[in-house]
Amino acid sequence: MTDYDAIIIGAGHNGLICASYLAKEGKNVLVLDARNEPGGCASTREFAPGHHVSDCAQWLSQFDQGIVEDLDLKAAGLKLGKPKTTISLQSDGDHLVLDGDTISGAGVDSADQAAYRDFKKMVRSFAKLMTTLYRSRPPKLVEQNWTDRLTLMKLGLGLKLLGRERLRDLMRVVMINIYDVMNEHFSNAALKSAIALDAVTGTNMGPRSPNTVYSYLHRATGEHLGQSGTTQVLGGMGAFGQSLATAAEKSGAKIQLDSAVTAIVKTEDRVTGVTLDSGEQISAKLVISSADPATTFRRLLGYHQMEAGMAKRVECYRSRSGTAKLHLALSGLPSFTGLSEGQLTERLLITPPMDGMETALNPMKYRELSDLHTFDISIPTLEDPGLAPQGQHSLTAIVHYVPYEPHIGWEAGKPQLLSQLISELEGYAPGIGALITASELVVPSDFETSHGMTGGSWHHGELSIDQALMMRPFPGSTQYATAVEGLYLCGAGAHPGGGLQGLPGRNAAKEILKRGAL
Amino acid sequence: MSYVSRDTMLLTTPFHSRVEAMCDLNDWGNWMGYTTPNAYFDVELEYFAVRSTTGVFDLSPMNKYRVTGPDAQRYLDRLITRDVSKIGVDRVGYAIWCDDNGQVMDDGTIFRLGEQDYRICSYQRADDWFAWNTLGFDVTIENESESIAGLAVQGPTSCTVLTLLGCTDLNQLKPFGIAHYSFEGRPLMVSRTGFTGDLGYEVWVPPESAEALWDQLFELGRDYLIKPIGSYALELARIEAGFLQANVDFMPAEEVVRVGRTRSPFELGLGWLVDFKKPLFNGRSALLKEQQQGSRYRFAMLDVEGNKPAEHSFILKGDKQVGTVTSAAWCPTAKANIAYAQIEMPHGAVGDELVAEIYYQRELHWTRLLAPCKVIDAPIFKSPKRWQTPAPPH
Repeated sequence: MTDYDAIIIGAGHNGLICASYLAKEGKNVLVLDARNEPGGCASTREFAPGHHVSDCAQWLSQFDQGIVEDLDLKAAGLKLGKPKTTISLQSDGDHLVLDGDTISGAGVDSADQAAYRDFKKMVRSFAKLMTTLYRSRPPKLVEQNWTDRLTLMKLGLGLKLLGRERLRDLMRVVMINIYDVMNEHFSNAALKSAIALDAVTGTNMGPRSPNTVYSYLHRATGEHLGQSGTTQVLGGMGAFGQSLATAAEKSGAKIQLDSAVTAIVKTEDRVTGVTLDSGEQISAKLVISSADPATTFRRLLGYHQMEAGMAKRVECYRSRSGTAKLHLALSGLPSFTGLSEGQLTERLLITPPMDGMETALNPMKYRELSDLHTFDISIPTLEDPGLAPQGQHSLTAIVHYVPYEPHIGWEAGKPQLLSQLISELEGYAPGIGALITASELVVPSDFETSHGMTGGSWHHGELSIDQALMMRPFPGSTQYATAVEGLYLCGAGAHPGGGLQGLPGRNAAKEILKRGAL
Repeated sequence: MSYVSRDTMLLTTPFHSRVEAMCDLNDWGNWMGYTTPNAYFDVELEYFAVRSTTGVFDLSPMNKYRVTGPDAQRYLDRLITRDVSKIGVDRVGYAIWCDDNGQVMDDGTIFRLGEQDYRICSYQRADDWFAWNTLGFDVTIENESESIAGLAVQGPTSCTVLTLLGCTDLNQLKPFGIAHYSFEGRPLMVSRTGFTGDLGYEVWVPPESAEALWDQLFELGRDYLIKPIGSYALELARIEAGFLQANVDFMPAEEVVRVGRTRSPFELGLGWLVDFKKPLFNGRSALLKEQQQGSRYRFAMLDVEGNKPAEHSFILKGDKQVGTVTSAAWCPTAKANIAYAQIEMPHGAVGDELVAEIYYQRELHWTRLLAPCKVIDAPIFKSPKRWQTPAPPH
């Protein structure tokens, strides 16, 4: 007899979702997390007195609508703000506004406007196709399994329905980079870089890196699954995590916080439980990890407990991000050149043109600090004033092109980078520096420490074709089962990958139930 | 280790000056990048030296890896399919290792030199694979291929000759045992191992001792009709004795590029080397699955009618082609026409009667021969001397 049917490592969104689906089927599930609150990357933290920010994930835009309904997250307390317009800030104040399929400002002409509508239409058709794949387990190509055949048939049908031209386009662009695709479609530099920003944020790439079209389509697919637009969670991301925890508990799962798993226990040839930092051992029929693959296999299981080919795959798995978070406590509302006060609540981007983005990649690659960055900014206190003391505001920004470990070290590097970022912001919001009462820079290695993500990678491993779909995280451990008996994956390191989507957790639970593994 | 007299693309072994001097036929081959003799003077006479007196084979090109450190045994236990703890200190074990798909990468011997001190003697270069295998283990791997020279000294008079060389009480050494001596002030290690199926030893020395070792062996062995032997004679002996050869009887899994061309231990008749009692080793889960679901092929030793070696033959069951031959030879001592074949399941069980489709040529005239053959259960050459301790006097 084991203590539980399943132990889920990590009470992040995927862990909680997996737990909910399993518990709803009557399985006895325990979710363990090292942190003192549920939600993982969906977390809110007070970074300065009275100032609360979503300290890891910032926007909710890709979360699968089906899961919201299946788990009745609205009843569990999930409240979303209004969908945001994206505004890419220009130094002259003539900003580019992206609202649905419509773009304006920054000198975009009618040709670019038409091209943008066509581009969005094309991306949606690709995203729709990818949705088929994302909502099922990744099909294996050679094993001739009927479930997989069905998925492939659906995919084949979807490809057929795309039409010859679109299909040709998809095959052509999916392996290339976003830089070339942008240049093919558009002439306006601001437009190109605003789209390219979405392709590189959260990765270790620049716009000319291969796989950036795939990472863009991944995001677009998420938006197709989410159907919510880009929104902020009221109460901060932590409230989202909390709603998932409430739903999981309502389904019958047990959540145990402040309990770091230090090891996955293997008895003879299968995984039989976990060891906690307290020394306690808990047994289960299955251990399902929502931690990233490097953490799961290298740190918790240990290379000596798996076959060598698998250890090699784990060691070669790329999991590093060049994306940081900037948190500013502001004594008052900042003013951005050319933005009305009402527009400050929208999603604000700052990005150099694509060549500048590519140039910014170089210092990051060579462990230097860059003097150019991209910003994806939210001032959450406008829609959710409770997050800061009355009359005060917070600004949070997702900042890309930050090295994982700069040569100068983070002790010296952080103050330097912080003042660099603030001076970049000053270019668009003159006087913002004077409003700052507290600031915090969370670099990729901080995410590794605080949220357990190896390399600070949100996606739990680079989103690239060789680490995607039927190869995610790596051959031999796909379809949520791993090469180690009794150990499953349900996190972003499993198909379809990261971003607050929830599908890895949902798909993993469905697969485990379908296999009768419990 | 290279004794290089001029620039060549192939390396030479530490024995090369002596080998070259004795290689009357000047018939050379490339063995894993080394110049080695195919034959010295006459393949059959060389073969009969192994069977009747003593044959000496330069096996320096074998790859040797030293495995040391607190996790050495655990490391090897994960690497190879058999239970390493059963190999005692100063003992040798035959072993195979697989990839994660349970496909054989290579075979070799594991020498246990101390508690946590092993040497792997492998056919393939395996630096990369052995290095990847160190992940998670406190172990050091050193490629010592070039710092050890080796000779196989095989045959009924081999013990006597080596005893004259100073290997005292060598006749007490059990099969797969290791004994340590010194030779001209340097270490000399003898293992009772070999590839010929008869009484025989392998002698390991630092490269600096190589030429002197060769000289003294042939000097002391003259009365015992010691002869050098090349790869062709060894090939005959090993087929007769039932040993598989990597790259001949199976493709090392890492070298295979075409789907389905690798083989599992079960498909090579090496299931006895797979110990499922061990909870983890490379290929275990794939092999367990194969054990439940069945193998694709069966390794079969065939006794073929007639005296035409069934080299490269198709194997037929009725009209259907069910397999191919990987090694074949007319074996002079056993006086049998032996072939190793990979046979598609379910054919090829012991006693199965098959047909070898043999093509042979005499004076540009090709003949097709359909030779009946039968699957036998063990090598046809069995020398009791191989297993006797003390080693029998000749």
